[in-house]
Amino acid sequence: MDQNLGEQTIKRGLEKEGMLAFLGKAFALREFTLFVIIILCSVVLSFFTPHFLTGANISTTAIGLAADGIIAVGMTVALVLGGFDLSVGSVMALSGVVAGSLYLSGVNIWLAAFVALVFGMLCGLINGYFIGHVGLNPFITTLGMMSIARGASYVLTQGSPLSLPGIARSFKFIGGGRILGFPVMVLIYVLIVIIMDFALRRSTALRQVFYVGSNEKAASLSGINVSKVKTGVFFLTGTLAAITGILTLSRFTVAAPNAGMSAEMRAIAACVIGGASLSGGEGTIIGSALGVILLALVNNALILLNVSVYWQDLITGMILISAVLLDFFTHRSSFLHK
Amino acid sequence: MEDKVLLRIRNITKIFPGVKALDQVSLQVEVGEVHALVGENGAGKSTLVNIISGVLRPDSGEMTLDQRKYAPANPRESQILGIGFVHQEMALCPHLSIAENVFIGRLPRKLAALADFEKARVETGGLLKKFATDLDPKTKVQELTIANQQIVEIIKALSLDCRLLILDEPTSSLTEAETENLFQIITDLKSRGISILYISHRLSEVFQICDRISVLRDGGLVKTLAVADTSEDEVISQMVGRSIEAFYPAKHPNAGEEILRVEDLSCGKKFQHISFSVRGGEILGLSGLIGAGRSEVARALCGIDRYEKGQVYLDGKKIRFNNSYEAIQSKIAYLTENRKTEGLFLKLAIKTNIVVTSLKTITRRKLVDRGKEESLTRKYIEILRIKTAGLQQKVLNLSGGNQQKVMVAKWLAINPVVLFMDEPTRGIDVGAKTEIHYLMRELCNRGIGIVLISSELPEIIGMCDRVIVMNEGLKTGELVGEEITEENIMRLAAAKKNKIA
Repeated sequence: MDQNLGEQTIKRGLEKEGMLAFLGKAFALREFTLFVIIILCSVVLSFFTPHFLTGANISTTAIGLAADGIIAVGMTVALVLGGFDLSVGSVMALSGVVAGSLYLSGVNIWLAAFVALVFGMLCGLINGYFIGHVGLNPFITTLGMMSIARGASYVLTQGSPLSLPGIARSFKFIGGGRILGFPVMVLIYVLIVIIMDFALRRSTALRQVFYVGSNEKAASLSGINVSKVKTGVFFLTGTLAAITGILTLSRFTVAAPNAGMSAEMRAIAACVIGGASLSGGEGTIIGSALGVILLALVNNALILLNVSVYWQDLITGMILISAVLLDFFTHRSSFLHK
Repeated sequence: MEDKVLLRIRNITKIFPGVKALDQVSLQVEVGEVHALVGENGAGKSTLVNIISGVLRPDSGEMTLDQRKYAPANPRESQILGIGFVHQEMALCPHLSIAENVFIGRLPRKLAALADFEKARVETGGLLKKFATDLDPKTKVQELTIANQQIVEIIKALSLDCRLLILDEPTSSLTEAETENLFQIITDLKSRGISILYISHRLSEVFQICDRISVLRDGGLVKTLAVADTSEDEVISQMVGRSIEAFYPAKHPNAGEEILRVEDLSCGKKFQHISFSVRGGEILGLSGLIGAGRSEVARALCGIDRYEKGQVYLDGKKIRFNNSYEAIQSKIAYLTENRKTEGLFLKLAIKTNIVVTSLKTITRRKLVDRGKEESLTRKYIEILRIKTAGLQQKVLNLSGGNQQKVMVAKWLAINPVVLFMDEPTRGIDVGAKTEIHYLMRELCNRGIGIVLISSELPEIIGMCDRVIVMNEGLKTGELVGEEITEENIMRLAAAKKNKIA
């Protein structure tokens, strides 16, 4: 797919056309452009504030973006399918709340976390069943699930966060521990990105998502089980949302019913910045990860530069629209040149 | 004295990055003439009409309309100056009425700001009557047949006082009767002094309705010929730059064993009591007018749509496919007639498109084996001679003929035993068409049974060893060998109607 094209052009560029032409082609790749922007932002930021390039700041920022990042991994696949999952933020909250409530009623925290994971999977399967087999619209279905999961979280907690005292250290480790100085939650996120990026490029199962996202009818006529593919994708987004919920619970040792508020919107924004298209058939996990990093970096910059937090949403929106505009103009010019 | 020339085009050149789409093209359209524009895909027909209608601007050259300099900056300006363009794909709003579509963007007004629907209706009604249609201006466009939608498009152009009407492949989805009706309308317009620029792949129609023919090849005008002084063969040789001796490959005399047998297949009003068999090594034609139920039968057989009654036997064993996957497992392939909506993954690479039906063969340990993927793709790109810059090229950027070949490639990749081909050469250029025809015969010679559905009679007659004719969901006859003539097919295609009359 596209990413293979990118690799090829890079190889060819190095062989034949020298550095300038190579750079020109590399910039045609969304991932490369994003990477350069992120590096530039970091350099500029480190001049303005000495706090930026400190281990503490970087690791806090990284832990903070890991949650949004894992959700964005699932969202990328949903966007490639030509849909999206609005319920991920709520499912994330629900899984944390389910695990928390079970723990408070005396269940072992690991068992509680497992049950919470199953809950998240179930939410995904229900979305998938209605979208894939019944044929409902993903927007409406996941909007409904968003409300249901959020509502269930409030009902279970009576609206206030549950703090979980005396939780096992082994459980706290996955959200708050470190291995060789690296936060475990970040390592888990990086692992998920690497596995899923590879799988989206290379695995036959996820290749089918591109077919369905590009042309559902043609996919069905070519023998692809469209219902199964759709169900699978929403199962994946639900599962990743639940994993995020459990990691967040471990990090804060608090089950908050309002966790993951508008995480779905941040994830969609990050994926689109990373090159995914709402009309399906396009997108990479690395691209989305870079999108998440860019948004987190900008927020971090605003905090370090003492700009009011209220600017965050405003700037996120501006970046999102700039990315879409960039897409529009590059695609439009290639259309005219056809 | 009044000049007979309405539109004069002089030395128009248009260059797209890397391609000279039009090279010094000059031609003239006279008042009240039907002027055909023919040429293979990529010859520059679309670019030329896009320049005439103001969608594109030429790099050099000039045009005059009624001896006045004509350089439309956009389609709207060309409309105001009297150029009407009926596109191949309709640009109507399906939820709105005929009258609202005709007056779209310029509804008559009353009381300052309110739209005067009544006036729009009356005026549209007047125009509709001129074409002897009994359509109600209040009917929603989505309820109309494609032929009637086309009439709405023509009326929309006429209501703008158009003097040159551009028709782009107007008959590609019309039935024979609807085509005749359209020709009536064209003759009528002509007698009123309206000029028509007629773009079509179907030369027989061009010869039937047009006065002069301009042939484009590789962006240049080859010649403008008067229909009276030329022949189809001459036009074709001008189009391709070589004469095509035999259009169709030689037929195969002896078909093999029966592979697929269909007995008494019925599905509601779509088709009833259809029985036939497909033998290896033969091309079986499914003929009939559009709407006769030909595609419906094929789609039901291949598991895409349902059927209510009847049996299907593959190699003597009773089977029923519930979806495309099952049909593919039994090596039954259906090449759809809707290339863009059901056939191709336009955003994805050629490679990805071709392997979609062979995911199992190219998978190793759950991963796509890139080596296998590439060798499979290369094999079919060579067999079908697909012209492409690389395996990674998006199908979107290929010509119609090459897109069609990609679709054929994906079905050849499953090694089919029976291949249903629904309008396999619709809207592609003569060269690619001939290549596909030869390929079909070659597949046949290797023992594959092919079922060809086509609305082009010459294609059915030229390609098929046996033809089944349908009308209104019923099989009205079967023709073999020498019996396959235009007359016999047409007689059967109208068979039931005759009985009623």
